[in-house]
Amino acid sequence: MSLQAETAAPFELVCPAGTPAALRAAVDAGAHAIYCGFNNETNARNFPGLNFSEAEMAKGVDYAHRHGAKVLVAINTFARAGSVEIWQRAVDAAAEAGADALIAADLAVLEHAARHQPGTRLHLSVQAAANTPEAIRFYTETFGVKRVVLPRVLSVEEIARLNREIAVETEVFVFGGLCVMTEGRCALSSHATGKSPNLTGVCSPPDHVAYEENADGTLLARLGGFTIDRFAAGEPAGYPTLCKGQFSAMGKTGYLFEDPVSLNAAALLPALRDAGVTALKIEGRQRGKAYVSSVVRAFRRAVDALARGEPETDLAGELAALAEGGRQTTGAYRKTWR
Amino acid sequence: MTAIELAIGPCLFNWSPEHLTDFYARIADEAPVERVYLGEVVCGKRMPFSDPVWPRVIERLDRAGKTVVLSSLALPATVRERKAMAGLAEAGLPLEFNDMSMLATTEPGPFVAGPFLNVYNEAALGALVRHGASDWCPPVEVPLASIAAVARAHPQVTVELFAFGRLPLALSGRCYHARAHGLSKDSCQFVCEKDPDGMNVATLDKARFLAVNGIQTLSDSCQVVTLGPERLAENGISRLRLSPHTVDMVAVARAYRDLLDGAASEAETEARLTAMNLPGPPCNAALAGEAGWRQVAL
Repeated sequence: MSLQAETAAPFELVCPAGTPAALRAAVDAGAHAIYCGFNNETNARNFPGLNFSEAEMAKGVDYAHRHGAKVLVAINTFARAGSVEIWQRAVDAAAEAGADALIAADLAVLEHAARHQPGTRLHLSVQAAANTPEAIRFYTETFGVKRVVLPRVLSVEEIARLNREIAVETEVFVFGGLCVMTEGRCALSSHATGKSPNLTGVCSPPDHVAYEENADGTLLARLGGFTIDRFAAGEPAGYPTLCKGQFSAMGKTGYLFEDPVSLNAAALLPALRDAGVTALKIEGRQRGKAYVSSVVRAFRRAVDALARGEPETDLAGELAALAEGGRQTTGAYRKTWR
Repeated sequence: MTAIELAIGPCLFNWSPEHLTDFYARIADEAPVERVYLGEVVCGKRMPFSDPVWPRVIERLDRAGKTVVLSSLALPATVRERKAMAGLAEAGLPLEFNDMSMLATTEPGPFVAGPFLNVYNEAALGALVRHGASDWCPPVEVPLASIAAVARAHPQVTVELFAFGRLPLALSGRCYHARAHGLSKDSCQFVCEKDPDGMNVATLDKARFLAVNGIQTLSDSCQVVTLGPERLAENGISRLRLSPHTVDMVAVARAYRDLLDGAASEAETEARLTAMNLPGPPCNAALAGEAGWRQVAL
């Protein structure tokens, strides 16, 4: 009786964990799945002090499984020439740890996983930027990919059309940091610093960031020696992520690529469900466990309410508070963003 | 040692049909290059204007003995763009793939893996070789040591180095030319045509930094790689790509030809190129694994 009354969740909620503590927090907050990576250059959030050793990964998978959650291991950078075995080892270690799926972008990683770990499900990372039925067909037919994480260039209408043309699941980002460039197709960071998401798993790396205060209290933010943002005295200073900086072009100065906003697609959950999306992804493996716990709890409530056909009333306000007063956008999901 | 070839890469900018026609006529008649890449790579909205130009350009280049290769879009998205890409092989010319979509839409056959495909290592190129890749132009952030390692693993693949031009750094769903003009991508009025080498983008302290070309972001600085033929061969490189700009590309090609023929030294070639009206200051440091805007000794 109670089982029949229970409606299946319309989405799998895929939540970030940069540490074992964040993984447990996400599981406890109701995540259906956790995504995380090893503490090396094989994952796209390769920051000091973050991520999992092989032993921690095995423990994390065990904890998630005991609580009915899945673990998806991101091995989503592009292997360095001559060192492909580091990425291959990450694939094997994730499979040995009992991961429910691998998230990969590099043909080298996908091929190794398909050949040597055929029992482990493969998801195509957003870093592969597969946004057409043809590209997705290539990855599904060649490597048996079961799910595609969509790059943030598609509107909800386009996602719906895409889902009608492909035979695999799709996963979309709904909350957190927002790449303005097509994921995996951006070398801006390496041009300024020598390090980039595809090369080393970092964007706008902290060891290339410097702040300088002027006599009038204005704070200048530099990346790789380039001054890309400026904050008035007393104004909270943001992090100088390259594509969210201020630049000057045609005699005007401003946020040329994107304002310092973060993604919040909470209002679009019903539309994304109707578009045939399988999973919702929350960005933020660099975030602390308190943040992860709050965001996951809020989204899980929204997903469950949607399953019951109830309107979700307080999600938007709750999430706005979590964005720390920062401005939010629905990004490419609304066509006018372009 | 086989001779190192020169190629003119696809024009990344929104040049008018007349500009394209004149440019390729000169390339056909005067540029000492073996190969020319044609086609719209950046924005499908430009294709209705440039498409009518290509048949005569192809004929002219063919008569001049150049190998013509058709380059695909780097980020096909709309139904019209996808159809155009699916039909790219109909011309019967060799193709350059710049998006993985091409692997599903085209009959298996030899193709150039273009710089917009994420191929960073020997195993990834191996996967593409099994799908027919015969040539590889690495993404512009791949260091020379990595290129050499991949080349060693695939001696049968022709490796083409992006040697000259503003570096294509990023693609987006959003058009920054339109945004800078207060327009959206759908109503862009083709404002990118105002900047035939890209729109200059400076930092807050007015340092030159990037260039915008519709949905694409390039470096402000201009890649100028002047490794001599022995160094190129040592690193497994057998072709150089020169990316079109409004600077005299015939003069650029002649400078590189003299370098490859041993008629000019590396230093002489660099001096000759940097004396030209380049779109930005010379750079090459991505090949050293450093911040790409710098110029270093390679």
